[in-house]
Amino acid sequence: MAAPKYIKGKEPHKRERRLIFRNVDREGWDPSIATYIADGGYKQLEKAIKMEPGAITEEVKASGLRGRGGAGFPTGVKWGFIPPNNTKPVYLICNCDESEPGTFKDRYIVHQDPHQLIEGMVISCYAVGAKVAYIYIREEFPEGAKILEEAIEEARAKKFLGEDVLGSGFGCEIYVHRGAGAYICGEETGLIESLEGKRPYPRIKPPYFPAALGLYMCPTIVNNVESLCHVKHIIEMGGEEYSKIGTPRNTGTRILCVSGDVNRPGYYEVEVGKVTMGELIDDFCGGVKKGRELKAVIPGGSSAKVLRADEEYTVKAGDGEKTIGIRDIPMDFDTMAACGSMAGSGGVIVMDDSRDMAWVLNNINAFYAHESCGQCTPCREGSLWMKKITDRMLAGGGVPSDVKTLGSVADNIAGRTICAFGEACAWPTQSFVAKFPEEFKKHTSRKNAGKPLSGEAKLAAEGLAGS
Amino acid sequence: MEVSAELEAKADEYIGHYPDDQRRSASLPLLHLLQQEFGHIGEDGVRWVADKLGLEPINVLELVTFYPGLRQKAPGKYHIRVCRTLSCAMAGCHETMDKICQVAGIDRSGVTHHDPIAISEDGKFSIEFAECLASCGTGPVCLVGDDFHEGVTPEAVGELLEKYD
Repeated sequence: MAAPKYIKGKEPHKRERRLIFRNVDREGWDPSIATYIADGGYKQLEKAIKMEPGAITEEVKASGLRGRGGAGFPTGVKWGFIPPNNTKPVYLICNCDESEPGTFKDRYIVHQDPHQLIEGMVISCYAVGAKVAYIYIREEFPEGAKILEEAIEEARAKKFLGEDVLGSGFGCEIYVHRGAGAYICGEETGLIESLEGKRPYPRIKPPYFPAALGLYMCPTIVNNVESLCHVKHIIEMGGEEYSKIGTPRNTGTRILCVSGDVNRPGYYEVEVGKVTMGELIDDFCGGVKKGRELKAVIPGGSSAKVLRADEEYTVKAGDGEKTIGIRDIPMDFDTMAACGSMAGSGGVIVMDDSRDMAWVLNNINAFYAHESCGQCTPCREGSLWMKKITDRMLAGGGVPSDVKTLGSVADNIAGRTICAFGEACAWPTQSFVAKFPEEFKKHTSRKNAGKPLSGEAKLAAEGLAGS
Repeated sequence: MEVSAELEAKADEYIGHYPDDQRRSASLPLLHLLQQEFGHIGEDGVRWVADKLGLEPINVLELVTFYPGLRQKAPGKYHIRVCRTLSCAMAGCHETMDKICQVAGIDRSGVTHHDPIAISEDGKFSIEFAECLASCGTGPVCLVGDDFHEGVTPEAVGELLEKYD
């Protein structure tokens, strides 16, 4: 296949390796099935449908693919959790609720290359024995939902979907289900509740592991958009070959979404672990803005713990350990965890030395306070308390004890909730306060009283006045 | 609330996407249909969905009050959602919000958590902040109805609003 040409000004960086984003920003590309098929589309479905379903799962396991939605759990292992003696229907759900602040990769797959997702989904359905699949797409992608619905119709007309996929006897339907603007629906059991027509209150695990007790209490596999697309490429290459991309235990490519204070924010698909944070910021993204200095990075979506630019990190090196700086951190799951944060959903938010960390944390706190589903008391109350404290700091009404209180509220949420939202809302506060205590103390001085600092602070002050 | 035959048929099509004994799953799709048609979901809309799916009205109302994407009040002719979250805030979304309000003649001083939408006096535009629209690399971003717009700096606001007549 000829190397694709890209729209001028939107060419991939020379060190990118584009599998999933191969067709994003491609010259002459459109989301129609004709374009997709002319480029070799649905060939992997033809190949997969002739394989034993179990053999596909084995290929996915061999590939080492780890979920791209946030937790990084091995996809093939997840599929293997469906009880072997199951007699109930199996469902596949594509989690397209992309809503972790800092993450913007699924948007481009859905809008520009919907058939790649559908092909990946039909292969995955066949592998896990699902005859019905849902794409749970966030409400804020109205155009994306239309594109997917049209693409599904096109695929059905060509027998890539429907009662008898490519004459194999395997029947598979995909439906688009739109969310309604709630971040918690990205949590897989919250998503399932939402899909059942209820408030999306996450379910407790155990016993409600979706692979055993999911949608309608049937075995359900919930995978991220990007993860499902990778399945197509694993079939194309074979699991073994795919696993050679990236680094051991951190295989394949992944899309890093960079935003914030860099010269060229955007999406970059790279081999996992082959690019360091420094290369990503300085080379791919053209460096920190206007010659400013790097101050901090949130490496994997807004819930990931912040990394301070001048910190030292101890990571594994061969049989021993070594100390590295922020710019030396390879962008993979395991090293990011060793550095005390997470690779999460691949959303990298860069902050330069002009940023006020209390302002940044307040913005994040406002998000989580808004998005807590309210089911568990520590999270429902705590997320709002954290926001109110940072609101007060920005509005110039902070007191010295606020810094400690802020940390203690966060400590009392994490680990005390039904779902991981508790950690997601606590980690930013815990890490920002621990790593930038002086910045928060600065905001608790009485001399700030009555001097709102920014638009955000103004909003915070209004919020306080209203509460 | 007059439900057309076309809307009714569309609703039945959505209900068919779920198993026969799981009609409740069609709650959100049906609520979206109503909101698209009528701009918001009123009490009669809640009852219609409940009747259609064999539910109690409260089962539907609790969704309308939970999800930020569902409205109980009619917005303006063009409803604007400006992303408020971190990357867009760093790119200046508060300035964008202020500028849109200024140009469109919207007063946001009465906005609260439970009533987040402000409407211009002439009813042409309404506005609210949205939580992360997932386009963090191109902020500030906003949705006007179903149309998505990137790089909406205060300077770009005038031209943007002119597109909506």
